[in-house]
Amino acid sequence: MDNSTKKELEIFATKVRMGVIEGTYCAKAGHPGGSLSIADVLAYLYNGEMNIDPENPDSADRDRLVLSKGHAAPALYAALALKGYFSTDELKTLRHKGALLQGHPDMKHIPGVDMSTGSLGQGISAACGMAISGKMAGKDYRVYTILGDGEIQEGQVWEAAMFAGFKKLDNLVAFVDFNNLQIDGKMTDVMSDLPIDEKFKAFNWNVINIDGNNLEEIENAYKQAREFKGKPTCIIGKTIKGKGVSFMEDVCSWHGVAPNEEQYNDAMKELKATLEGLEG
Amino acid sequence: MADVIKKATRDGYGEGLIELGKKYKDMIVMDADLAGATRTGKFKSAYPEQFIDCGIAEGNMMSIAAGIASTGRLVFASSFAMFAAGRAFEQVRNSIGYPHLPVKIGATHAGISVGEDGATHQCNEDIALMRTIPGMTIINPADAVEAKAAVIAAAEIEGPVYMRFGRFAVPVFNDEATYKFELGKAIKLNDGDDVTIVATGLMVDEAVKAAKKLKEEGINADVFNIHTIKPLDEESIIASAKKTGKVVTVEEHSVIGGLGSAVCDCLAENYPVKVKKIGMNDQFGMSGSAAELLEHYGFSAYNIIKSVKEIIK
Repeated sequence: MDNSTKKELEIFATKVRMGVIEGTYCAKAGHPGGSLSIADVLAYLYNGEMNIDPENPDSADRDRLVLSKGHAAPALYAALALKGYFSTDELKTLRHKGALLQGHPDMKHIPGVDMSTGSLGQGISAACGMAISGKMAGKDYRVYTILGDGEIQEGQVWEAAMFAGFKKLDNLVAFVDFNNLQIDGKMTDVMSDLPIDEKFKAFNWNVINIDGNNLEEIENAYKQAREFKGKPTCIIGKTIKGKGVSFMEDVCSWHGVAPNEEQYNDAMKELKATLEGLEG
Repeated sequence: MADVIKKATRDGYGEGLIELGKKYKDMIVMDADLAGATRTGKFKSAYPEQFIDCGIAEGNMMSIAAGIASTGRLVFASSFAMFAAGRAFEQVRNSIGYPHLPVKIGATHAGISVGEDGATHQCNEDIALMRTIPGMTIINPADAVEAKAAVIAAAEIEGPVYMRFGRFAVPVFNDEATYKFELGKAIKLNDGDDVTIVATGLMVDEAVKAAKKLKEEGINADVFNIHTIKPLDEESIIASAKKTGKVVTVEEHSVIGGLGSAVCDCLAENYPVKVKKIGMNDQFGMSGSAAELLEHYGFSAYNIIKSVKEIIK
């Protein structure tokens, strides 16, 4: 990854984070922590990896992204708005009555949302459906899904993992947002699902461990996944929940609480400084 | 009297799928390790490349079906009613119902007539569960001919469809050459002014038998086959209730939440009359032969006659 590309993606990721703070602040609800932790992987997917056209969000041959951890919708919406699927103004009415942007992704109404998600564990199965349908049709689109490390406690994730491994869905890439925090505390205290990598390996996946907030490592992992044939790939990204807003970083209580006005101002100030530093 | 041909409605499901396979070249049929029992095995043999066995993971199957449907393919997902509507309820609601994806669910082995497998497999709750999902079409055919026709029709029905089939072989009274499935239209099988009998699924044939006996005793019944439980043909039910003033509902399902409840919802709002619901009376079933259990729990022409006589007293 050259420096200008890296900077471009870092700027996008920072803007996604600003969108997350804007959205959850305006909504007075939502999930900032787990949204901030996936801003980097979304920046890469939407700018370096996925074959998409915001002018034709329903194109049959497009790559698809299923946000299996649907509660990170604020980050997905911010990325989609930045790509031009809808106006960034929509972020200000996230979760408002009658607004476009529902609390969790709604494929029926929101351009660019490829699957309605929010009930944990179901998104990866839907992604398997898209992937196998593409394979059966001889299409070469790819399917991406993002899971939480708490989410993979759901049994359905492993039903889907078994399916994808057995069916050799090498057009499917799952990213596990391994931030080790869930609502009730540390994932490793609540109900540890470690080792994540060995589990996916046992289900016949190609597994790559990376720093999930490092854009170069993210790019390398997805490139490796694209080259790998015969198995789906699981990228386990070690991330920091709340990444980019220092007072939210690695703090469990920021899972599902919106910032108040003071916190909003502090967070935006920090993110704007980051952005200014990047834009020079 | 000619011999009555008996066939399970699940056989109509299997035959309908084969028929559809000829027209929809990219359709997919899914199952969860019950292909022989659900009769999707026939499709599997005919179109092996278009069949996906998900193994024993019904929730996963429903969400995968949603993903497949999102790519524009016709897809049928099959299991026993207990697992399709029961175990996978939330996947059907959230992965299929909420985004209104056109997944066609083939749920076999519904009701008490599952027989020997007993209460764990006798699903008397699926209609109730599926009725609560906005935009879900629910079809419960009365014989194998109607079942096959409904399956073929389902391919062109907008949005998700839940189709309910039985394991037990029951009389085939529709003529395949002339039968035409019309979604949401009640079929009147007998005309009378004294009482309305609203039946669905395997109970339609019993309702017709009951009406014949009742006629001998001078009681004339309007008899309806409600193959589409949602959307319900409210117009026909209200018109008949206005005529007879008394309604008996019959279904191989719990009296809570099924056809009887749907009819009561409709009549309470539009034309309140007395309704007697025949179904499983808030209890679990047990092992036994289908015929024994149907008799034991009152799914019979005899019980329909008894209920009619009570209500018209």
